[in-house]
Amino acid sequence: MSETAQHSAHHIDVKEFHPRARAAIHNPQIRQNFRKAMDGLMTKRKSAFEGWDLETLRDLGANIRLRALANLPDLLEQLEQKLTENGITVHWATDGDEACEIVRDICLARNAKSVIKGKSMVSEEMELNHYLEEQGIEALESDLGEYIVQLADETPSHIIMPAIHKNTEEISQLLHDKTGTDLSHDVEYLTANARLQLREKFMNADVGVSGVNFAVAETGTLCLVENEGNGRMTTTVPPCHIAVTGIEKVVPNLEDVTALLALLTRSATGQHITTYFNMISGPRKADELDGPEEVHVVLVDNGRSTIYQDDELLDTLRCIRCGACMNHCPVYTRVGGHAYGTTYPGPIGAILMPHMVGLDEGRHLPTASSLCGACGEVCPVKIPIPDLLVRLRQESVDGDTVHPAKVAGHGAKRSTVEAMIWKGWSWMHARPGIYRLGTALGARFRKLQPGKIGGWTQYRTAPKLAAKTLHERMKERSQ
Amino acid sequence: MVDPIKVYPAKPSKVYFYGTCLVDMFYPDAGMAGIQLLEREGIEVIYPEDQTCCGQPAYTSGYHDEARAVAKAQLGLFPEDWPIVVPSGSCGGMMRKHYPALFKDTADDVKAAEIAGRIWELTDFLVNVCHIKLDDLGEPTTVAMHTSCSARREMGVAEVGPKLLGQLKNVNLVEQVRAEECCGFGGTFAIRHPEISGAMVSEKVDTLVDTGAKEFVTTDCGCLMNIDGYAEKNHKPVTGQHILSFLWERTNGDGGKRS
Ligand code: SF4
Repeated sequence: MSETAQHSAHHIDVKEFHPRARAAIHNPQIRQNFRKAMDGLMTKRKSAFEGWDLETLRDLGANIRLRALANLPDLLEQLEQKLTENGITVHWATDGDEACEIVRDICLARNAKSVIKGKSMVSEEMELNHYLEEQGIEALESDLGEYIVQLADETPSHIIMPAIHKNTEEISQLLHDKTGTDLSHDVEYLTANARLQLREKFMNADVGVSGVNFAVAETGTLCLVENEGNGRMTTTVPPCHIAVTGIEKVVPNLEDVTALLALLTRSATGQHITTYFNMISGPRKADELDGPEEVHVVLVDNGRSTIYQDDELLDTLRCIRCGACMNHCPVYTRVGGHAYGTTYPGPIGAILMPHMVGLDEGRHLPTASSLCGACGEVCPVKIPIPDLLVRLRQESVDGDTVHPAKVAGHGAKRSTVEAMIWKGWSWMHARPGIYRLGTALGARFRKLQPGKIGGWTQYRTAPKLAAKTLHERMKERSQ
Repeated sequence: MVDPIKVYPAKPSKVYFYGTCLVDMFYPDAGMAGIQLLEREGIEVIYPEDQTCCGQPAYTSGYHDEARAVAKAQLGLFPEDWPIVVPSGSCGGMMRKHYPALFKDTADDVKAAEIAGRIWELTDFLVNVCHIKLDDLGEPTTVAMHTSCSARREMGVAEVGPKLLGQLKNVNLVEQVRAEECCGFGGTFAIRHPEISGAMVSEKVDTLVDTGAKEFVTTDCGCLMNIDGYAEKNHKPVTGQHILSFLWERTNGDGGKRS
């Protein structure tokens, strides 16, 4: 069974993490594809930062993002004003549905039948393609990876490299089946062919939809990072361009972009700079030859303003979506992006998605980490991901006492049995005499120790209690 | 969390030894080895009898009230201002890095922060405070080292283990590929996500076996239990030991006899 066969683009049940993770673990192809891809990305990142003072750069990145977030409401107002001055129409959406409706209305007003899309994770969050399809509007992905994923009727398995779960052979077969290209492992040939097909779509599309990497408040500029030119095509060829973005993507000024861009591309793909860097500041002017007639920006909240209200969780919004935390996560590397069943997988997904789907749906997300800290170590804007995972674990089991209802689905994972076990554990370990008695008895009767301990002994032998505890040995020594 | 720059104290005459619950119950040899290494450096070791557990298992599972109750019971064990040494990166990390957060806005916040500032991972302490010199009395051998994620990332002591082993003239230290990758222990993670954890530890053991070393050492009992347990169950030709036991056995002159 192909691991991805079960992950068609719609109606993924977030709750089914365990069976999906298990299937991925036992799928040698998936394991190999991810291992190879992530090893490559880790090496590239490392060499891209050679000669740089990475810690200083990360501090700078973190500070820029922190400063932007500290003034988020003001910056958003400034951004709206500047964008409007530049001739861009600004829309606000509280959630994915509303954002979809805004896009639909713009399409309807133009009588648009086809939409060409550049890469945008927010549009994945909104499930925009699916929605537009239902409205009778064709939405075609133009980023090669997204295009492949769309052809396969899947969702992206990585935020930067959507089709990273597939190797060349699989992609070749897919393109052959769906578009009739020759079965070839020549990447140049496959790319050129896909490009040809997409070119035509670009020329005829009524609307172009893109994401945004940075929105600059001071100048009202939308910055877009990409490698294939599809972002440039999407934002210039069709007569109407709609950019969708999360409200947290705003930064005060263009200088901030310089540092963040350097961190973003190096962290993501190990590139010093991407092939294309688009800066969009408005629709086509009277004396200009190209560019869209109208430009819209949809600023999507979708849970972000709730995150914003909590001092600790706020750090989640620093994210610049580089994907480095996934590339370095030993869990993501083993199970792949689809196991998570969420728009954003891996460590960033584990701290972001609970706010979007609720802890009742996404209860496994914060636990799917060994807290090894690799994600926090590489994050270019220093998000304390492991600490946030622990915070969300607490939210999932909390009985309303500490952070009442901060996160959707708060307390959903609390089980009476588990809570009792920890109560008992706490009771014993807060009482030294009882602890010593208990552990000494354990040592004495260690032969009675169970040989099987849940999932542990599935893969390992049971740990062996020592004949005497350190406490006992130290006691004997002092006598 | 922003890391304060580490300032090592001068070599003290006394230290507190915080044994950790895993050492206490499963690897007391490692604890004894750590104590004896310190004593050989001329340091008096105080072992507070009322120590139990740092509280980490409940903390990382989200049960912070329960973790706090246990951690609070440890706060009173170190009245003098001597360093507190811990033979574990993970428990050391809990006490040094997470106690301040755990006790934030409580009556114990100052005390927790004060104790956090005195916590040292033991191998780090041996190298950077004691400036230990090791005299290798053992047979030639090849070993690999697995540094726990908390020792590496929380306590920042990844360089220390190889430095110690490098002093042993008959020990050939080899490094496995992806040395910095987690072994898959993660406390309750291994129980909650057995397949993922199993996949992680199996790859970790493979990379260790690939080095050709028959033994490996580690700073943390959790990793040791995990890696060694997997190797044993699956009959892989590698066994592990806590780095402190290894160091003591090779340098104490009784031919590797356990203390
Ligand atoms: S959390 Fe950090 S490492 Fe992960 S995608 Fe966001 S910026 Fe990149």
